[in-house]
Amino acid sequence: MLSRVADSLYWMSRYIERAENNARIADVNLQMLLDLTNQREADPNQQWDPIVSSLEENELFDSLYPTPDGKAVIDFVSLQKKNPNSIYSCLTRARENARTTSEQISSEMWEQINRLYLFVKSDTAKKLVRTSPYEFFKRIIAGSHLFQGITDATMTHGEAWDFIHIGKLLERADCTSRILDIKYHILLPSGEKVGGVIDTIQWMSVLKSCSALEAYRKIYVGQVAPWRVAEFIIMHSGFPRSIRFSVDCFDASLHHISGSDEANFANEAERLSGRLRSDLAYITIGDIFKFGLHEYLERIQDRLAAISRALHETYCANSELETITMD
Amino acid sequence: MGDFFSGYQVGDFFDEMFAAPGEARPHYSKLFARFKEMDREEFERKRTLAASTFLSQGVTFTVYNDDQGTERIFPFDLLPRIIPAKEWEFVERGLVQRITALNLFLHDIYHSQNILRDGVIPKQIVWEAAHFRPEFMHFDVPRNVYIHICGTDLIRDKDGTYLVLEDNARCPSGVSYVIENRQTMKRTFPSLLGQYRVRPVEDYSQELLNVLRYIAPHAKSEPTVVLLTPGVYNSAYFEHSFLARSMGIEIVEGRDLVAQGGKVFMRTTKGHKQVDVIYRRINDDFLDPQVFRKDSGLGVPGVVEAYRDGNVSLANSIGTGIADDKAVYHFVPKMIRYYLGEDPLLPNVHTYLASVKEDLTYILEHIPDLVVKAVNESGGYGMLVGPQATKIECERFREKVKKNPRNYIAQPVVPLSRAPSFCDDSMQGRHVDLRPFILYGEKVTIIPGGLTRVALRAGSLVVNSSQGGGSKDTWILEEESGPNEGT
Repeated sequence: MLSRVADSLYWMSRYIERAENNARIADVNLQMLLDLTNQREADPNQQWDPIVSSLEENELFDSLYPTPDGKAVIDFVSLQKKNPNSIYSCLTRARENARTTSEQISSEMWEQINRLYLFVKSDTAKKLVRTSPYEFFKRIIAGSHLFQGITDATMTHGEAWDFIHIGKLLERADCTSRILDIKYHILLPSGEKVGGVIDTIQWMSVLKSCSALEAYRKIYVGQVAPWRVAEFIIMHSGFPRSIRFSVDCFDASLHHISGSDEANFANEAERLSGRLRSDLAYITIGDIFKFGLHEYLERIQDRLAAISRALHETYCANSELETITMD
Repeated sequence: MGDFFSGYQVGDFFDEMFAAPGEARPHYSKLFARFKEMDREEFERKRTLAASTFLSQGVTFTVYNDDQGTERIFPFDLLPRIIPAKEWEFVERGLVQRITALNLFLHDIYHSQNILRDGVIPKQIVWEAAHFRPEFMHFDVPRNVYIHICGTDLIRDKDGTYLVLEDNARCPSGVSYVIENRQTMKRTFPSLLGQYRVRPVEDYSQELLNVLRYIAPHAKSEPTVVLLTPGVYNSAYFEHSFLARSMGIEIVEGRDLVAQGGKVFMRTTKGHKQVDVIYRRINDDFLDPQVFRKDSGLGVPGVVEAYRDGNVSLANSIGTGIADDKAVYHFVPKMIRYYLGEDPLLPNVHTYLASVKEDLTYILEHIPDLVVKAVNESGGYGMLVGPQATKIECERFREKVKKNPRNYIAQPVVPLSRAPSFCDDSMQGRHVDLRPFILYGEKVTIIPGGLTRVALRAGSLVVNSSQGGGSKDTWILEEESGPNEGT
């Protein structure tokens, strides 16, 4: 397939996944806020800072909103055009990339992404964000799931599908690491104990952001403990939003594209991905905490970015690309 | 009941549906009956369904009036235009005759130029034409076909006679709307479509692919065919991607292709892959900066050399613009007589050439009654509709014509036929034209029908989408077997 098209499909998929994850984070924090306002001493505004931090757009946020309250954060994450990572911006770019490849993807996929785009542009969306952000985020998440389901059900699982698959999972691994890292930025209100009610609520919200609370409960009975949450979200081999699961899957797709077997590598992207894959398989949660959770997650993000660059070098760099990216 | 046609005015035009007020032509009677029993609410539902279908499928064109490039849907009118089998059969024969003559003309013009030597067409008309490509004299195009895809605009005068308004022999667009319009009608009026026996249009893409494969270099049996688009911001991008998708071929931009050693390749994830046939939706001027416009960033440097070497085929061929030059148009009936020895079946609209002295005088004197057109323009640009223009506009055109007579032609205003269209809450007569799409490969095939464009503004004669035009589905009926049906 065309190099330019491979690149566009990859980014289309990343942006949809990113939109979904932003909706997840905002949605869960919205709920957490409700839990916390029932608790004394908790400062609701503080709850939103880590979200803005996780998007790495603090300066932009501060320049756009004089009062950084929940409303501002919701606007910033959902429909703010100036925020390159808002749901609006992500879906606009996803759709632009889809438009340049619309003869490669199935028409059902195109229609779904187009509908989602028309929705975030609509007055209905504006109104929902104002009056019922919860519903807005639900629609974005459901819209992304529908797109992914349509993709798997209507498109030949060949090279083009693999690029879409890699984009989705690489972005998911990255977003999951950021969701987990949000907890690092959250300060416990003074007087609160580690392992206390608020601490537990916060860890539960991390799980919820990844749709992982129920799955977690099935494995770990009893107290929600930080190291267990981190272990589950980073290292579980079967949970579809864990970092390890995502890396395993995109690694397989990389080999699928080149035809090399998974014990070897045919290019730099595969080498880096294979290495990350085996690290995640053999590391223990004790090692991670010894290293520092935040530091470890940052390293994961760097390594994912390196894989993304290597993928581009291997398959796409022989064309002069001007794809709509904003890494 | 909706009473859609209660206030309908047939007017002083040929009406596609009504022979006289309240009296539908036989081939429209079932449609008339259907609308009599339909209430407003049902019709509104269908309109909403149609609009949302187009929008969600992204069947849009880009309007360049702001920096964002707004996407609009092409307004779609739910009342189909119906053409009986016999009538269409005649039109089809006329179109085959015309495309055959145009192709012979192109071969002649790029070889021995007998038609000029025999004085049928004045030499300077051809030599001064902007789209004549003398660089391609004596070049043999694959399979000797020049125009593979042609969109010929037809109109009907007061008596209902079909006339050719212009030929589009470069990169005609609009065929995707023909197919999408039909899809929409299937969803909104399934039973009515079932009552009529309408000839399908869906196999256009297959026919087009057959043509493109037929012209492959060295008669290659499994050629790689691609569609070359100027890119996602082109107003017809939807159509490009629609056609590529329905043919199952790659859609490429200039930057995806590279010419090396007289061959053309596309840059793929598995390295360079040779391309055999390019369906290019880019005009000659932008095709190859080494040969034509140096500033073109849309084309592929070296593609023309590969074409000359016979390693890649282009559809349409380079230099076909001479055939749809509006001054050359005037001579098409003569061409038909010259090359085929036949009388033209589809007449032209009478045309005055500003380059001819008597005609120029006539044009300058009658400008407010005429339609004046620049010979190389299309899409409703560079033209003046005299009766609807201001004095100042007429004066400005008079100066332009005087300054560069070769560049202008003029035609009387033809009172285009009208078809009922839903405007301002009721059915009203609106002017229509018809663009059938003609494919020329191993044989000539014509899509049954074509794109009916409709000028939705009351009184307007300009059907272009940029000027408030919309479209209708066009139904060509199957030959009737029973004795009492049809016309």
